[in-house]
Amino acid sequence: MADTVAVRPVHRGSARSPRPVGVLGFWRIVGRLMIFGLLAALVIAVVYPILWMGISSLKTNSEILGNPFGWPDALDFGSYVRALDSGVATYFLNSVIVTGASVILTTLISTWAAYALTRITIPFSKGILYLIIGGLMLAPTVAVIPLVKLLQAWGIYDTYWALILLYTAFRIPFTTFLIRSYMIDLPLEVDEAAVLDGASTWQTFWRVILPMCTPIIISAVILQVLFAWNEYLFALIFIGDESLKTLPVGLATLSSRAVTDFPAVFAGMTLAAIPMIALFFLCQRYFIRGLADGVGK
Amino acid sequence: MSEGALVTEANRVELTRASSTLDEPKGGHGRGRKWRGLLWALPALVLLCLFVYWPLLLNFRYSVEQSNIFTGEQTFVGADNYVKMAGDPIFWRALGNNVLYSVVSVAFQVFGALILAAIIEGLRRERLRSWLRAIYFVPSAMSLTVTGLLFAFIYQPKGGLLNGLLESLGLGGLAQAWLGNPDTAMGAIIAMSQWQGFGYSTLLFAVAIQRIPSELYEAAAIDGIGPIRRVFSITIPLVREMTTLMIIVTLSGAFQVFNEVMVTTSGGPDNSTQVLGTWLYRSGFVKNDFGYAAAIAVVMFVITLTLAIVQVTIANRKRL
Repeated sequence: MADTVAVRPVHRGSARSPRPVGVLGFWRIVGRLMIFGLLAALVIAVVYPILWMGISSLKTNSEILGNPFGWPDALDFGSYVRALDSGVATYFLNSVIVTGASVILTTLISTWAAYALTRITIPFSKGILYLIIGGLMLAPTVAVIPLVKLLQAWGIYDTYWALILLYTAFRIPFTTFLIRSYMIDLPLEVDEAAVLDGASTWQTFWRVILPMCTPIIISAVILQVLFAWNEYLFALIFIGDESLKTLPVGLATLSSRAVTDFPAVFAGMTLAAIPMIALFFLCQRYFIRGLADGVGK
Repeated sequence: MSEGALVTEANRVELTRASSTLDEPKGGHGRGRKWRGLLWALPALVLLCLFVYWPLLLNFRYSVEQSNIFTGEQTFVGADNYVKMAGDPIFWRALGNNVLYSVVSVAFQVFGALILAAIIEGLRRERLRSWLRAIYFVPSAMSLTVTGLLFAFIYQPKGGLLNGLLESLGLGGLAQAWLGNPDTAMGAIIAMSQWQGFGYSTLLFAVAIQRIPSELYEAAAIDGIGPIRRVFSITIPLVREMTTLMIIVTLSGAFQVFNEVMVTTSGGPDNSTQVLGTWLYRSGFVKNDFGYAAAIAVVMFVITLTLAIVQVTIANRKRL
């Protein structure tokens, strides 16, 4: 069942209805053309603005304003240098730090929780399950106002930890949910065999269960990377220090500051977007499984 | 992007399987080991309580207080913040914008995406299908800040792509400052949001459609049922559960909109693009009226929780 997401060929137009060609054939061709027209138009609508963003980063300011559709006269990679110099390098590094730390914490803590909820007997397991999964129902916006004071009181306001811990806490419900639904399907004989071999609960987790969950853990990691890399609300409210800003907030700052250097803004946007687009294309299978399982099977 | 995390599975949870485990037969220290098992869930519980549940509870208290971030003073004011909200035209406009956002998003990102997914999955070549699914998803992998800044350029009055396109089509008369005009700004942001999100739901619908047994389509084709009718009589009814889920996810996302508006207009011009999230932000962090912001948060909480409960109920009913 782990592989249900793997794309398998389904129905398609191949089963043609046994009708004579003629008027119907004509309309079929028209319909087909319209469908391909729609699909192609959508591809252009999606791809063109993204390519335009990349191309504009290589133009000069006057080229962008004067001839938005055109190609640059000369490829000017200087915009990337200027973008990196005016903060993007720092924002990028901050995003890497916050994303990396929250991915490790979220995955580890959620996998432990899923283990407790599926493979061993614990008191109040039903209550704990509802408490964890119930977090899925809460919108982050709702907690923002009190969190300002709490984070200040705990001394982590305006530090990496504010974002790392918030990104972890708010994603534990989803990640636990995802990993739990995979773990619950592993056969119990696996644990039994490990116990017979004299393994402790701790060893069973690290040596047996965790490795068996690799596919879903990859999905969980990827979705957490996407979330943490792109998160804006918490990053806007809980980070004020310019040197700690992550990309989503940093880029917005850059664009309001660099009103006369559009190519640098485009360069920063391109730098922020490329890692996630690349991740998606490289790990599509895991992406799709995570999204599909997360939304309910 | 909201990943639309959902809870369907949560209520079908059978703990039966989960609880028949191995610690018991080891006898002796069984009871101690049982309690020790709690340690595995402890970090999750601690973080959730500290960063999710505790602030949520505090928010209710804040909403009946007048508080100031600088002085730290808090005074009980009863329902004052809520009364103020009821008489605040910008609050109602924000709520109205959220409703508009939901209606358009459900139309495009649920029904539009469903039709699109059915079209894609009806194509013959697997290669083409997987490329289309992937390309349409790309905007969902980009941060909303990047999308927002990109569209701010597209919508620019001078040198913007949209006006340039209109002019080249001879529709130059329609050209304008899309985000600067109170009449078009909200529509422009909502349109951008559809661009960003339609591929995400199309992908999920495509996965759901792939799970429909192909025999159904073959049998229908043999009976002489055409491709369009096959979509309406097989595909759409069989992905109904996914459709319901997507409606709720989309609605819930539409009431939490923040990033899109913040990076394009911050709620302006003239508060025409204010949504609950940005109005909360502005009230709390620009005007320092924490009590009022907390009251708006309570409204958002009630809306999103209601949607979540509806979803759980539907999932449960299906289960029974």
